Amino acid sequence: MKGVPRGPRVFSADLHVHTALSPCAETEMNPLNIVGLCLDYGIDLVAVTDHNTAGNVRAVMECARGTAVTVWPGMEVQTKEEVHLVVLGDNLEAVLKWEALITSRLPDIPNRPELFGEQLLFDKEGRVTGVFPRQLLNSVDLSVDEVRTQAERMGLICYPAHIDRPAYSYVSNLGFLPPPGDFDLVEVSAGTPLGEVKRRFPSLEGRGIVVSSDAHRLTDLGPARTRLLLARPILGEFAAAIAGRGGRNVEPVH
Amino acid sequence: MKVSDVVEALGLQVAAGEAQLSREVLGGYCGDLLSDVMARAKPKDVWITIQGHQNIVAVAVLTEISGVIVCGNVEPEKDTLDRADREGIPILRTSMTAFGVAGRLAALL
Repeated sequence: MKGVPRGPRVFSADLHVHTALSPCAETEMNPLNIVGLCLDYGIDLVAVTDHNTAGNVRAVMECARGTAVTVWPGMEVQTKEEVHLVVLGDNLEAVLKWEALITSRLPDIPNRPELFGEQLLFDKEGRVTGVFPRQLLNSVDLSVDEVRTQAERMGLICYPAHIDRPAYSYVSNLGFLPPPGDFDLVEVSAGTPLGEVKRRFPSLEGRGIVVSSDAHRLTDLGPARTRLLLARPILGEFAAAIAGRGGRNVEPVH
Repeated sequence: MKVSDVVEALGLQVAAGEAQLSREVLGGYCGDLLSDVMARAKPKDVWITIQGHQNIVAVAVLTEISGVIVCGNVEPEKDTLDRADREGIPILRTSMTAFGVAGRLAALL
């Protein structure tokens, strides 16, 4: 029926994927391969989240245009506590504005390609257009609280990455999670069974959980581990899903 | 030895918890991963770290350490200092590195 608003439907999502711009990601992580594999695996929604940069989000978004895959621009920010936070938007402009803030707080240390990889920039055809000159696997001069509040102020969604890992995680570095009001959503690694994670981290009770690949290699990509119930693949719907409003939902796949 | 003796010997700046400088110090622990500190620091240790997030106060209370030395000229956040004053945890600042602080503290104890 025309004019009747559509209810939520399932979006298979992988909300944490790196390109070859990220240190230690393989060079094959280019827009064509990422979008192609998302189509193969039936992923409807993929977020590009390189370390402290959004340099390849435009290329992946343009590459996916006209396909069944929606690309959300994002970033994996490393705070001064060495905690990794995922920051997501649904439009390029907002995320590029965010990137300008992060770049201004990133130490000006030249990349050492022999140690961290070339940090490749791509166009939408997957051609290399340049390299990012500064070392990206570094902490920006912002605290977890500053990153969260600034991201929220700019209309972006922010949550702790891979809280079950021994390194770069909120729980390992800062001991425990803040109250759910600060982070209503957390990310859990794809490798760890959810039941085990919930037993190890009782503070997950009352929070939404996304399971993401954190793919640095093509072989890390696979069928989605998170189902989002959204009316449309936009950030406002994702916020409603995190809050569990209006039949929207975030559902990790067991 | 008391926290105040450590403050004096190492020339530390008392950033919070000034009322609790008479606490006893028996040992020390170095670490910046709070999960590790929670598991290993002992009561009456002084904890040497470069973390300034407010969770350091909760970890200090939990482990019953005597105080936190925030080194490397790191400025703890305001929330951290307010919470430390409320909980009575001395937060001591220095421009020395963790290595320098630990070396001098070990020689004192």
